[in-house]
Amino acid sequence: MKNYDRLIFELSVKGRTGYSLPKCEINNYALNDLNSTLLRTEQPDLPEVSELDVIRHYTNISHKNFGVETGFYPLGSCTMKYNPKINEEIAAMKAFNSVHPLQSASEVQGVLKIYYELQAMLADISGLAAYTLNPFAGAHGELTGLMIMKEYHLQRKDFKRTKVIVPDSAHGTNPASASICGFEIIEIKSTQEGTVDLEQLKLALSDEVAGMMLTNPNTLGIFENNIIEISKLVHDAGGLMYYDGANLNALLGKVRPGDMGFDIMHINLHKTFSTPHGGGGPGSGPVGVKEFLVPYLPNPQVKLLDGHYYFNWNQDSIGSVSGFYGNFKVWLRAYVYILTLGKENLKLVGEYSTLNANYVRVNLEDDFYLPIKGFSMHECVFDGLKDQSSGVTTLDVAKRLLDYGFHAPTIYFPLLFHQSIMIEPTETESKQTLDDFIAVMKKVAEEAKNDPQMMKLAPHTTPISRIDEVYAAKKMILTYKDYLKENR
Amino acid sequence: MFKYFPHTEADIEQMKQAIGIQSTECMFQAIPSAVRYQKDYHVPSSMSEVELRNHLEEIGRLNQTKTIFSGLGAYDHYEPSVINHIISRQEFLTSYTPYQPEISQGTLTYIFEYQSMITSLTGMDVSNASMYDGPTATAEAMFMAEAITKRKKILVSETVNPNVISVLKTYAKYKGLEIEFINHKQGSVDLDDLKLKLNDTIAGVIVQKPNFFGIIEDYQGFSELVHANNSLWIINADISTLGVLRTPTEDDADIACGECQSLGMPVAFGGPYLGYLAAKKVHVRKMPGRICGQSFDRNHLRSFVLTLQAREQHIRREKANSNICSNQSLLALYATVYLSLMGPSGLKEVNELSYIGAHYLYDQLIATKNFTPVFNQPFLKEFVVHTHLNVKMIQKQLADHGIFGAVHLGDFDERYENVINFCVTEKRTKAEIDQLVKILGGLS
Repeated sequence: MKNYDRLIFELSVKGRTGYSLPKCEINNYALNDLNSTLLRTEQPDLPEVSELDVIRHYTNISHKNFGVETGFYPLGSCTMKYNPKINEEIAAMKAFNSVHPLQSASEVQGVLKIYYELQAMLADISGLAAYTLNPFAGAHGELTGLMIMKEYHLQRKDFKRTKVIVPDSAHGTNPASASICGFEIIEIKSTQEGTVDLEQLKLALSDEVAGMMLTNPNTLGIFENNIIEISKLVHDAGGLMYYDGANLNALLGKVRPGDMGFDIMHINLHKTFSTPHGGGGPGSGPVGVKEFLVPYLPNPQVKLLDGHYYFNWNQDSIGSVSGFYGNFKVWLRAYVYILTLGKENLKLVGEYSTLNANYVRVNLEDDFYLPIKGFSMHECVFDGLKDQSSGVTTLDVAKRLLDYGFHAPTIYFPLLFHQSIMIEPTETESKQTLDDFIAVMKKVAEEAKNDPQMMKLAPHTTPISRIDEVYAAKKMILTYKDYLKENR
Repeated sequence: MFKYFPHTEADIEQMKQAIGIQSTECMFQAIPSAVRYQKDYHVPSSMSEVELRNHLEEIGRLNQTKTIFSGLGAYDHYEPSVINHIISRQEFLTSYTPYQPEISQGTLTYIFEYQSMITSLTGMDVSNASMYDGPTATAEAMFMAEAITKRKKILVSETVNPNVISVLKTYAKYKGLEIEFINHKQGSVDLDDLKLKLNDTIAGVIVQKPNFFGIIEDYQGFSELVHANNSLWIINADISTLGVLRTPTEDDADIACGECQSLGMPVAFGGPYLGYLAAKKVHVRKMPGRICGQSFDRNHLRSFVLTLQAREQHIRREKANSNICSNQSLLALYATVYLSLMGPSGLKEVNELSYIGAHYLYDQLIATKNFTPVFNQPFLKEFVVHTHLNVKMIQKQLADHGIFGAVHLGDFDERYENVINFCVTEKRTKAEIDQLVKILGGLS
C-alpha cells in the first residue's frame, strides 16, 4: 500500500459501523424527550466505516511517518532519544488509567506518591526546592514560571518590574511566553562567541527588569561560561533568573541549574526524561523553584504529612494553570525512566550526549561551516555548507537527508545564522549510527557540488516530494468540507 | 553497560581520539568548577524491569479504582480497544511535530481529519491541531477575543465549571485582562444580567453547555446581544455531547472550545486529555497553535502541511498569537480514531444511553426522598441534586461499596452546600444504577 493516500472520510459507506455498545436495559426514557430546540438539526459528517477499515487506514498512513524507532532523528533542541517500552507498559496499567481526578486524596495515594517523589527527584537533579508537575508542555512551563516571577514581584509590591530580558539566541517560545504573561521583552544581542554579552546585559538591567530567561547550554549548544556573573548581575539588579530546561540533557551529572543561580525553571519531560513526543505532544513541563518561591507554585500542590499524601491549595499561589494535575501519564513515564536509569546512569546522560555531539561536530567541520569554534555540549550548530557556491541551501541538505533514511536536523534555527543546521545526537545513539550519519552528510556535501539540481529537487524517495506551501496558505483548505468545496 | 547507552569502552576511546581530547572532562571546561556537580543524585539505584514492575504494581495498589458515577470534566466513557493499538504505533508515538512533511504525512493526515471532525461537530469553519485541555483551550479563546476586539474585559457565566474558571482567572490576571461574572438564574446563565453587564469594554462572553450543573443551557437571544455589542460569543461545550446537542454554530458562536476527554479517553487522574478550539474562518489568523492544510507536492499528489505558520511563536516570537508549541497531538489521533469508529450513529447512541441512564438514576434518587431537585432544567448525562444527608457520609458509604460519586459542589463553591453531582455514561449498567440507588435510598 505504498501509494495509499485516502482520507478516512473517503472510505465511508452509509450504514457501516466500527463500534459495539451495551443494549439499553431501561425503558420509558429517550433522548427525544428533550425539547428539539436543544438538539442539533443535522447529524455530524463523521465517517461510517468498519473496524478493519479504521485499522487499515491508520496503519497505512502511519507508514508515511518517521519515528525514533525508524531511524536517527537528530532534531536539534528536541532531544529525540529512545522512548523506553517499559514506560509505555506501566502507563497502560489499569491502576493508573481508571482513577478519576476528583477522587479524594486517600483513594489516590499511589498517583500522589508518584507526583511527590518525582517532583522531589526533579528538584534534586536541578538543585531547586520543589516542583509542580501541572504544566502540560515546555512553553506552558515557561508561562507558569513567568507567572511565578511576576507574582513574586507583585507580592513584594515592586510594581515597576514589567520587563524580561531574553537573548536573541533564545527559543521562540521564550519571548512569546513572556508576552502572554504581560511582560515587555528586552532582546539582547549575543557576542561573537554566541554567548550572552555582559555589557549588553548591564545596559539592559534596571529596576524595571523582572528577570532574565536563559537556556544553558544555549541554542548554539554552547555553555554560558559567564553564568555565575550573569546570575549575579541579574540578582543584584533585583531580577530573577529563569532557566529554559529544553537543553537540560547536556547537564545531567555535570551541573545543576539551581547551583548556577537560577531561581525558576521548567523541564521538558518529553526531552530529557524520555517520554514520547507523540507527533507533537503530549509533553509535560514541570516547573521548579527555589525555596523562597515555593508559595507561588500553581494550585494544587501535593504534600506529604505522616506518610499521607494530600492536596494543598495555597493562598499566595499564582492559581491553577490546568484543569487537573497536568499530563499525568506523561510524568508517570518520566518517573519510570528515572528509576530505570537510577543515580548511576542518570549522571552519564550529559557525558554521552555531549560526547556524541562533539564527535559529530569534529567529523563535519570540513564540509559544513562551523560559525563558532570550540567544544559543543549536547548539540552543535553549523551555518550551512562550507562551500555554498552551487546555491544549495540548508533546506536542500535537510531534504536530501530524508532520502538516506535520516530525519533532518532542526534547520534555520537559531536565527543568528542564515543557514543554521542544528544537530542533536542524544546519548541513546551508537557510534555506528553517528558514523553512518556523518558519512551521509559528507556524501550530501559532495552531491551539492556535483549535482545541485538534483539536490534542489530532493527528496526523491519519500512518500511525497516537496510541498507547495504557498498553495496551502493561499487556498486555506483546512477541512474535508473545504476540500470537497474546492473540488466540486 | 546500561541498556539505553550503546557506548562501549572502545567506542568512547575512538570518539575521544577523533575529538582530540584525553579526557571527556575537557568538553565541560566551560562549566565553572565552583558549581560543577560532583555528588550522586538522591535517586534510587537503577532498577531492573522485574523490580520496576513489582514496584509500580505496588504503588498501583495504593490507588482505588471504582465504579465511576461522577463527571465534572472527566467522564468514564467506553474506550474502543482499537485505539490503543493505533496510537501505540511508533510512527505516531515517537515522531515529533511534522516539520518535515515529506516523512510526516501520517501525522498531517490525521490532523487534517481531526480538524474536519471538530469543525463538523461544532459546526465551525476551522479548528486548530489540538490544545492542552478544555480549560486552557478556553483561556486561549479568551486571548483570541482580546486580540480580535482589542478590549480587555471578559464576561464569564458563573455556570462554567470552576476548574475552567480558575484557569481563566490565572491566565487573565497575568495578561492584564479583567473577568466579570454573569449570574445564573435557575442554574442557567441569565440573559438579563448579561444585558446589564455588556458594554464597549467587553471583548467576549464565555458560557458552557452542558454547564457545571449538567444543564443544557438555552442560548436563544444571546448572540444577538453579544454581537450588537461587537463582542465575541464563545461557547465551551463537551465535544461528545455535540453528537446530539445544538452546535455552537447553531447558537451563532464565534469561537467554540472545550474538552475532548469524553471521546473515550481514560479518566487517568486528569491527563493527558485534549482541548479543542474552533472558530469562524474570519478569525483563523488569530488562532493559536498548529493548523494543517491541504496542498500538492511537485508531482501533484495531494498532501498535507502545517500552514499559516506566521501566527506562531517560532516565527513571530513575542508578537505571536500564543506561546503554544508542543500540543496534544497523539490525543488528537485518539479522538480521530474514536470518532471514526463511532461514526454519527455511535456517538448518538453513547449520548442516548448516557441520557437514559442519567434520567433513570435521577428519578430513582428523587423517589428515595433523600434527594430533592435543585433546578428544574434539561440535562444530558450528569445532574445535581440536593441532599439533607451528610455529604461526607454519603461519599464514604459509596466508597465502601466501590463506587465513586456524589462529588460535592460545595467543595468548589460554598453557595452549593449539600449539592452533589452524579453522572451516568453508557458503561453503567442498570444493575449498577439500581445498586447505587439502593445504597443511597437506605441512608438516613
